Amino acid sequence: MKFLAILGRTVLTAFAAIGRIAFFALEAVSHLFRPPFYGREFLSQLVHIGWLSLPVVGLTAVFTGGALALQIYAGGSRFNAEAVVPQIVAVGMVRELGPVLVGLMIAARVTSSIAAEIATMKVTEQIDALVTLSTHPAKYLTVPRVLAALLVVPLLVGIGDIIGIFGGYAVATGTLGFNPATYINNTVDFLEPLDVISSLTKGAVFGFCAALMGCYHGMHSGRGAMGVGRATKTAVEGAAVLILATNFILTGVFFSL
Amino acid sequence: MIHMEGIHKSFGSNHVLRGFDLDIPKGSSMVIIGGSGTGKSIALKCVLGLVKPDQGTILVDGKDASSGDRDAFLARFGMLFQGGALFDSLPVWQNVAFRLLRGSLKRPREEARAIAIEKLRRVGLKSDVADRFPAELSGGMAKRVGLARAIAAEPEIIFFDEPTTGLDPIMSGVINELIREIVVEMGATAMTITHDMTSVRAIADNIAMLHDGVIQWTGPVAEMDQSGDPYLEQFINGRAEGPIEAVR
Repeated sequence: MKFLAILGRTVLTAFAAIGRIAFFALEAVSHLFRPPFYGREFLSQLVHIGWLSLPVVGLTAVFTGGALALQIYAGGSRFNAEAVVPQIVAVGMVRELGPVLVGLMIAARVTSSIAAEIATMKVTEQIDALVTLSTHPAKYLTVPRVLAALLVVPLLVGIGDIIGIFGGYAVATGTLGFNPATYINNTVDFLEPLDVISSLTKGAVFGFCAALMGCYHGMHSGRGAMGVGRATKTAVEGAAVLILATNFILTGVFFSL
Repeated sequence: MIHMEGIHKSFGSNHVLRGFDLDIPKGSSMVIIGGSGTGKSIALKCVLGLVKPDQGTILVDGKDASSGDRDAFLARFGMLFQGGALFDSLPVWQNVAFRLLRGSLKRPREEARAIAIEKLRRVGLKSDVADRFPAELSGGMAKRVGLARAIAAEPEIIFFDEPTTGLDPIMSGVINELIREIVVEMGATAMTITHDMTSVRAIADNIAMLHDGVIQWTGPVAEMDQSGDPYLEQFINGRAEGPIEAVR
């Protein structure tokens, strides 16, 4: 009986948390379409989430693309299929590794920073100050971050895909003896529009999830340094799990139907 | 001007306010005193709608504080927070002019900056502070910037939450003097929360002693020392013995 009680309590707590996050997401989405809009904050978030994430996204993608080329070559050589390196690197990067790794990098870099910033604002009464200054915290803090992430993470994913493919190209042509022109032709010929559409869609969904989790956990932070630390940790964990779960669902939607 | 009646507020099993009643006349300066954790800040936040009371009525100029146009209601208030609550990402002048850069009180950027610099000067800060960020300010400067922000839109009602906490006695004196001058000069209604008795004597027209979730005594500051109220006497004399338990 005790075990059932614990199980029931855990399930109810989990559903309550999912419900609160869903309501928070709905509120954020509803504010996207209602004025006032804070253009300066939005532009600042575009720079912070988009431009300043480029180095980490680029480095992650180039090393992943390179490693992928080496692995496919080594694996393919076991059954004389080394030639498929360009095609598998392209499909692997664009369909899965590009969006997921960029999403996880955004969760690490952006979700943590959003959660820590908003949680600190909460514990230092800056959120209360916003309210007393007739400014809705959701409009001023959540909407610019969520909208910026929604728009800019697909671009980062697109750039990550290209850099990842370039990483594979550099390794394949530099060390594995592939012809550069053939490699590019095989890559371009093999990729389909649906691959790119799925990649960019995943980027938009992952960006939304990453920013939303940062804002939600920041706004619901506990008191003090421990509260800020816990909010940041939970936000990154939540964003990472959400990104991987939505990736599974989106992959099913795009490629199994 | 502000009428609070029968306010109750609990957090779980912790009953913070248990029938809080208070009247603050227009143009007067009311100081609420009481020990730490007695609910002074909660009472203030209830007026602003930052905390929703479980029960009770709050009227501002005879109108229910929880209904009507929220922006117009909040535009009547200025608030100095205990830690300043300045926005770290914005330079000092944008903190001061925050309300003037957006919303119904929006002004052109240059005009808002000029007003911010004038308010900074009013609280004794030079114009070169305007472009600094909050992290570059000392505690006393941050408090003064917070004060400048509270008065930037010339509100009718100003709240001060522990305005001298964490400051040295000289800076506390400066802040007390500024608050008194500004409230008189603007003709504003003020509500201050503090347990600094020097501030009480410098700022207050009237005081209210909060303990156990209710106002134990209220009256003019001049009558404070002869109140005969055991709670107030223990508090203002800082005695460990009395009706207020030292260990809470």
